[in-house]
Amino acid sequence: MSDKAMTAEEAVARLESGMTLGIGGWGSRRKPMALVRALLRTEITDLTVVSYGGPDVGMLAAAGRIRKLVAAFATLDSIPLEPHFRAARERGAFELMEVDEAMFMWGLHAAANRLPFLPVRAGIGSDVMRVNPSLRTVTSPYADGETFVAMPALRMDAAFVHVNRADRLGNGQYLGPDPYFDDLFCEAADAAYVSCERIVDTAELTKEAPPQSLLIKRQVVTGVVEAPNGAHFTSCAPDYGRDEPFQKRYAGTAWPEFAERFLTGDEHAYQEAVRAWREEEA
Amino acid sequence: MSGGGMGREGMGGDGLGGATRAEYCVVACAEAWRGAGEILASPMGLVPSLGARLARRTFAPDLLLTDGEALLVGPDGTVEGWLPYRQHLALVTGGRRHVMMGASQIDRYGNQNISCVGDWARPRRQLLGVRGAPVNTLNNATSYWVPRHSRRVFVEQVDMVCGVGYDRAAAHPATARFHRLPRVVSDLGVFDFATPDRSMRLASLHPGVTVEQVEEATGFALAVPEEVPYTREPSADELRLIREVLDPENARAREVQG
Repeated sequence: MSDKAMTAEEAVARLESGMTLGIGGWGSRRKPMALVRALLRTEITDLTVVSYGGPDVGMLAAAGRIRKLVAAFATLDSIPLEPHFRAARERGAFELMEVDEAMFMWGLHAAANRLPFLPVRAGIGSDVMRVNPSLRTVTSPYADGETFVAMPALRMDAAFVHVNRADRLGNGQYLGPDPYFDDLFCEAADAAYVSCERIVDTAELTKEAPPQSLLIKRQVVTGVVEAPNGAHFTSCAPDYGRDEPFQKRYAGTAWPEFAERFLTGDEHAYQEAVRAWREEEA
Repeated sequence: MSGGGMGREGMGGDGLGGATRAEYCVVACAEAWRGAGEILASPMGLVPSLGARLARRTFAPDLLLTDGEALLVGPDGTVEGWLPYRQHLALVTGGRRHVMMGASQIDRYGNQNISCVGDWARPRRQLLGVRGAPVNTLNNATSYWVPRHSRRVFVEQVDMVCGVGYDRAAAHPATARFHRLPRVVSDLGVFDFATPDRSMRLASLHPGVTVEQVEEATGFALAVPEEVPYTREPSADELRLIREVLDPENARAREVQG
């Protein structure tokens, strides 16, 4: 069995401009931020990003890497509006496929199941249909005759997710209260890169946690990246909560200034810069 | 009555002091879940949250509530279930839920917008995005909470229909068979769609508010019955629960003044 451990740099080196990239987590929760930061250090751009949006979307939008976004929202949770997503939208920086949260989920399910679409009641009657003229409907062949949105499969070239633990083979484990949709992102993508707080031996995974915490199966994983604090500044329960003061700093700082201070070096430099900032603020 | 400003601010409370506007709002939100039975109450925002918890502690004890994330918790915080996002979305579709959402804009038929203001292609002001408003409104009871009633919120036409209103639902009768908007609660009163054409109607005024005040703050012609009742008084027990148990820090006063 193959050892899939790699660095974040090696993972992003497999991506290309113009790709469709899915990003796991939800809002400002368990986002694969170390992988996003690694992506920001490359020249890769012109991306179609598929995400339950948080600061992953905000940062990629601020850096001008998004050509098209597929999303139901972008939020920082404790700060309802993602400021960089918002600014990018208001200057018309990218194309948007704005769909409902459930439509989004069924788009992932369709892709994971190799179906062209799945029927969804959500969307009918709303302006989601107006702003996405390519969306089609499908009518039940049974007696009810109900009409649904035919939500197209959200197939992706690559997916990034972050979990609490993984082994080197690609078995990924979440230990917090919500799996979000990370398994679906991996199943819906041609290549999936799983970062984790800690790479452990396979036997360690079920020593203290039940088998149902094993969210991601190795056959859909291309690379495993050990990235301690790799969801920072989003939450990664139970390993750590959201770094609210730092998130506030991110939201309240002009992008060039933030990027200059925190994102010019590698991941180690980022974590050091955050530590230095925290000491300054203390 | 038709709008005389005979405020009754001093009458509630049985020695606890008259109810504040925020407390009338909490009770008006709680009433949305009366008779709902054993379903999930999904309140978004502080006052609806206090309302749902008040309802569960008084007249709607079977309601389920989450911790705001993935756990179902009892009134004392005891975890009684697991509801991650993916199961939450299935629960919505199953219909055993009544959500109270916010609204950046809402029109006379209950079309709601939380996505953006201005032209969608290049918004003047980007807001949250549609979130789950389309799935909510087509699958389970959906009410709304507006903490500051104004013409900027109660508009003739919303810029982006996220939550589906009655006119739009009527155009898709088979698909929208579960569509229902029980009420809109604002800091001025309670509104419903109990009119022949399902347009918004003033259902009750919070004590101290006049019909003229509501009409002035509403950007479309509201249906106003001959006799408009006042929002009911909180009981002494409800006031005690709100003030001592649910919101002892009085955070509600920051969301609703007066």
